[in-house]
Amino acid sequence: MPPGRLGRMNYFKDAGHLFRFAALFVIAFLVFWAIRGYVVPRTFGQYGHYRAAAITEIAARSVQFAGHEACEVCHSDIAGAKSAGKHAHVNCEACHGPQTQHAADPTITPVKLDTTILCVRCHAASAARPKSFPQVNADEHANGVPCDTCHQPHSPAMDGSAAAAGDAK
Amino acid sequence: MNINRRQILVLLPAAAVAWKSVLAGTPESAPNYQMSEHWWGMLIDIPKCIGCGNCVRACQVENQVPDGYFRTWVERYHVTDANMTNPEVISPDGGKEGFPAASEDAGKYFFVPKMCNHCADSPCTQVCPVGATFVSPDGVVLVDPKYCLGCAYCVQACPYGCRYIHPQKKIVDKCTLCYHRITKGLTTACAENCPTGARQLVDLKNPRDPIHAFLKTHSVQVLKPQMATGAKVYYNNLDGSVR
Repeated sequence: MPPGRLGRMNYFKDAGHLFRFAALFVIAFLVFWAIRGYVVPRTFGQYGHYRAAAITEIAARSVQFAGHEACEVCHSDIAGAKSAGKHAHVNCEACHGPQTQHAADPTITPVKLDTTILCVRCHAASAARPKSFPQVNADEHANGVPCDTCHQPHSPAMDGSAAAAGDAK
Repeated sequence: MNINRRQILVLLPAAAVAWKSVLAGTPESAPNYQMSEHWWGMLIDIPKCIGCGNCVRACQVENQVPDGYFRTWVERYHVTDANMTNPEVISPDGGKEGFPAASEDAGKYFFVPKMCNHCADSPCTQVCPVGATFVSPDGVVLVDPKYCLGCAYCVQACPYGCRYIHPQKKIVDKCTLCYHRITKGLTTACAENCPTGARQLVDLKNPRDPIHAFLKTHSVQVLKPQMATGAKVYYNNLDGSVR
């Protein structure tokens, strides 16, 4: 090596290699960025490490139980009778089942309920139930006669007037 | 219009990202519902529960829960005087069709409805490896069905046993606190159908919600408080034998 060769060496003589290398990195990053933009949902990370759009998708699921407010729009007479009795806080669909379809289209009529099955779900005597809750041994009490023969389900009077009305008809 | 190769290389990824945004669209937000104005929970009033199973049936109908799986269920405890720490607990078919009659016996009976506690610091959301389950800004623990892989880490992590793998979808399913109802101004299916009012949806951010007065004046407990999950299902008069 001639003396002084090192001092005059052009460090950037082959810099073109570096630029090509850097360009590869830039292209790789752009490809990564493009793929990431494509596969990561737009709302991911909006509120946290999850897809925020999932919240609105879950909120858009269909409702089966219309809610007692929807029932009371049309059935105000029954709601009135119910509000005076012991079943005031039992909502309509707790017995009648899901009625969204009926609320949307009143020609779809709900199925008739069987009070021999329905009432005992709550009122069958059991030592496990709170003592203050009205309970009855249905077999001894009714012997298979449907409860609504004597009791009015919407306002089960406790003074015997419902039973008397039942006897009369 | 002349575009050289270099320009195309720059434009293609940008166009792909832009197109993805167009496809995604703006997420539809429920009218009049502001997530930031709510912090949902539930109050379960143990002395009011009669074990009729109405909540379990209502939940299964409302949320199409497969038979044999439960987003909510009811347990019946039987605690005898001599055996406080070892109660007899039954939950036949989740209490869906009620319970066998209990004869007058020693000790006490009571019902404990159970469901997702919608924990503020939930262990289940922390273990999800893909960000498929999360606590929403209004305090409801949800599962993104499009992201869930069904790895069941969260099923193991839940201290309350409130998650299951859906037998057909093969992804995790759980109580959503009827998110599709509460965001429309309705209450949950279980609370709507509870005949005694033992279950009540509560909004802790609503200053007019009666829960605030209730919490001040009643003995209220959450399940497994020692795990510091920030559970938001409040049990009134919960017996010490319940775990």
